[in-house]
Amino acid sequence: MIRYILKRLLIAIPVLLGITILDYFIMSLAGNPMEMMIGPRITQAAIEERAALLGLDKPILVQYWNWLKEAMQGNFGYSFKQNLAVTRLIGNNVAPTVLLMGLSLVLSMLIAIPAGIYSAVHQYSKTDYAIVTASFIGSSVPSFFLALTMVYFFNLRLGWLPSSGMTTLGTAWSLTDTLRHMVLPVGVMVFSVVGVNIRYIRASMLEIMEQDYLRTAKAKGIGRRRVINKHALRNALLPIITIFGMQIPMLFSGSVVIEQVFSWPGLGLLTMSSILNRDYPLIMGVSLLSAVVVLIANLVTDILYAIVDPTIQYT
Amino acid sequence: MQQATTAPGLDRSLAERISHETYYQTVFRRFRRHRPGFISLIFLGLMLLLIAVTPLLSPYGPNQITSAFSAMPSAEHWLGTDQVGRDMLTRLMTGSGISLFVALLATVVSTLLGVLLGLAAGYFGGWIDIIIMRVTDIVMSFPYLLLVLVAAAIFGPGMWNIVLILGFVNWPGMARLVRSNVMSLRGVNYVQGSQVAGMPTIYILFKEILPNTIAPVLIYATSVMAQTMLDEAALSFLGMGVQAPTASLGNLLNVAQSYTILETKPWMWLPPGLMTILLVVAVNFIGDALRDAFDPRNLQ
Amino acid sequence: MAEERKVLLRVENLRKYYPAHSQGLWPVKEFVKAVDDVSFDIYEGETLGLVGESGSGKSTVGRQLVALEKPDGGSILYRGTDLVKMSDRAIREIRREIQMVFQDPNSSLNPRKHIREILAEPMLHHKLVDKAGLDKALQELLDLVSLPRNTLGRYPYEFSGGQRQRLGIAKALSLQPKLLVLDEPVSALDVSIQAQILNLLRDLQKELKLTYLFIAHGLGAVHYISDRIAVMYLGKIMEVATGTELFCEPRHPYTLALKSADPLPDPARRGGLDIVLEGEVPSAVNPPSGCRFHTRCPYAEASCRTDVPPLVAVSNGDIPHLAACPVWQRQREARQ
Repeated sequence: MIRYILKRLLIAIPVLLGITILDYFIMSLAGNPMEMMIGPRITQAAIEERAALLGLDKPILVQYWNWLKEAMQGNFGYSFKQNLAVTRLIGNNVAPTVLLMGLSLVLSMLIAIPAGIYSAVHQYSKTDYAIVTASFIGSSVPSFFLALTMVYFFNLRLGWLPSSGMTTLGTAWSLTDTLRHMVLPVGVMVFSVVGVNIRYIRASMLEIMEQDYLRTAKAKGIGRRRVINKHALRNALLPIITIFGMQIPMLFSGSVVIEQVFSWPGLGLLTMSSILNRDYPLIMGVSLLSAVVVLIANLVTDILYAIVDPTIQYT
Repeated sequence: MQQATTAPGLDRSLAERISHETYYQTVFRRFRRHRPGFISLIFLGLMLLLIAVTPLLSPYGPNQITSAFSAMPSAEHWLGTDQVGRDMLTRLMTGSGISLFVALLATVVSTLLGVLLGLAAGYFGGWIDIIIMRVTDIVMSFPYLLLVLVAAAIFGPGMWNIVLILGFVNWPGMARLVRSNVMSLRGVNYVQGSQVAGMPTIYILFKEILPNTIAPVLIYATSVMAQTMLDEAALSFLGMGVQAPTASLGNLLNVAQSYTILETKPWMWLPPGLMTILLVVAVNFIGDALRDAFDPRNLQ
Repeated sequence: MAEERKVLLRVENLRKYYPAHSQGLWPVKEFVKAVDDVSFDIYEGETLGLVGESGSGKSTVGRQLVALEKPDGGSILYRGTDLVKMSDRAIREIRREIQMVFQDPNSSLNPRKHIREILAEPMLHHKLVDKAGLDKALQELLDLVSLPRNTLGRYPYEFSGGQRQRLGIAKALSLQPKLLVLDEPVSALDVSIQAQILNLLRDLQKELKLTYLFIAHGLGAVHYISDRIAVMYLGKIMEVATGTELFCEPRHPYTLALKSADPLPDPARRGGLDIVLEGEVPSAVNPPSGCRFHTRCPYAEASCRTDVPPLVAVSNGDIPHLAACPVWQRQREARQ
């Protein structure tokens, strides 16, 4: 067990290094990442002094190494546009995105788990067909189009809900105001991921119910409900863990589009503006951060999986 | 054991024809039984036909500017015109064509890459496998859309770049799928038999193993294609995809970022949005039908 | 048989060690000794039966002969050429002469191809026929294994298990082999079909002057078809003798045990001795020291635990009878 976790950690290290190499390499195509660390508003003399200090004349591998050393100390350079440390900009924008993603994750699971299980237990019933078809069509809707339609109805037509930002400008902060601002973006985000989740949970639930021990339990005359509650659900924990891991990159991608439409002041909006402004240090920082988050999420998933599932071989 | 040899085609009952049909005939017979899938296939075929004949039937070019700006749907412009006076229906059909083309091509690129790398990783194992799998880990660690956006920002947006970017970002899933299939097929007798028979590795990979992984590859490719259509739309909507004046479903929706257009001119954004949904649903249903048709559990 | 016994294939000190995964925190170098220092000869035109329980390494030996596994040591001399040392490219032609028939006929034919492709492609690749002669060659092949001529356009799923095994044999024969490794070729078939396939193999051997290595689980199946039989236990050969000698005068307690375990139709053919094995087959990861059979052997002495008994000739017949148990031999001599 411990050996398995250690092994997973050891595998994660080259992947992490690979991520930084890929990140660095892509950015090198756009310009010199080392230069990007210095920031734009510095005199020529200072740049030269800094260039010598940072070893810009050195071979690319040495430069990468220097960049890596800085990055490991938390220095990801300065934004071209805002002349602020990348880490600070990211720090300022992290909370709204975590709020958006976290709430969407929880809500989508609260819908997907019962719907997926119901669908699996009542396989081939009318409701099952309805749920599967709806989730199919649901995951075929572009999230930005759904967002636009929501804005059209609930904001422009009905005027019920705000459609941009986290708070109403010029008013004091209140919880209800923020919650009202969250309804549309969270709603769209939940909608765009819930279909996949339902199908995944349904499929894994069906697989579990096919297994012999459930048939045995049924044959022993244990009630249907008890079979599902006691035996199947515990094993369904595994797919649920998997979904949490899978979801992080999906939500991250979703947040870029959704924050753009709803002007939600989070990482997605920051990413989009950095891309539109070709603000490379910021792009680099954000992609590195997100990749690391995904990597950690995968790692945690694998380890939780190993803890929950005793049949996994820890080799 | 001894059987009279009859001339082919003579005295064959239907049952024998069915028992004798090729694998793909069986698959197609079962595909047709999947109602939504079959309807989707017909719908997609019709759409392709319409897209193909649009330049012949439409009185307007897709980028031709007419005197009517932001006109409501009318007899001359069935779906109205956009702010610069281009016919929306013509642009919708052209854009659908571009979007389907981009998605298909990107899917082909990622499928080719994924299949080749997956075959190599699964068959040769060892260091080749370790390297390819770590690269898939790395690519999959980046949030997908972010990677695409960053690449588009660096290589510049545009149709061909989008094809390549979406193609290059999507292969790891396919590679993993093919790899796990190959690994289980590698131990199967007919593959080992070919090795004993001294057949070349290329033959074993492409004529023994690949034909037996076609089903999951095709099914997965349809889901990649559906996802790629959504991604192209999102990318073009954000202005990082197919660039104006070339129409695509995503960049037609770009104008709806303005609340005035969103509120007062629904003909400009509703049709491309609905078209995107229809096309993606169709591709998804076809994938589902393929899954059923290829499922060995209801083979025969 | 006896007139000119030419060695077709000589296996010397063959070894195959698989790394084993240990359960502890840090990996410890451990090996499953699947095949450990195995030597034997196969004479031209004979059938050598190779018998052992699961885990004895018998299939691994067969797979090494056809290069599905790479030996970790030793040599495989085919007509004097060492197949282990040579590169695959250099001995392509020789490799073609050693083919294999698999145990499970259901998975030995690619389900996506019709029989014509399955049989024709290897022949064309090795240029054994040209396009013009192909049809004739295919018909001859089907005639050999007694399958109807309309077989070619069909797919594997259209055939029964027995027919598939005939096709598996035809596929192996298509390359005009000299030596066939038959890896339990009948054990996956219905009992009623088994005899048919065994007879077919016998007839083919006579007609095509083939040499067989016939791998099997128990003595019953091999006895019928084999000229000589080699008995394996935990990666080592225990005894080699002609079928008759092995049955009438087993010189290794393990052979006796195998014989006792096999239900023979005629109890009179049994020797007076019978032993029943107790306990499980020990793990091949850490095989018992000395003689590997000592943990289950009723005749074991102290020396069996420490000394590895060599495989030596025990009779002076025309065909040598080899056994790896000096102890039992001595005990019997002492009793007389």
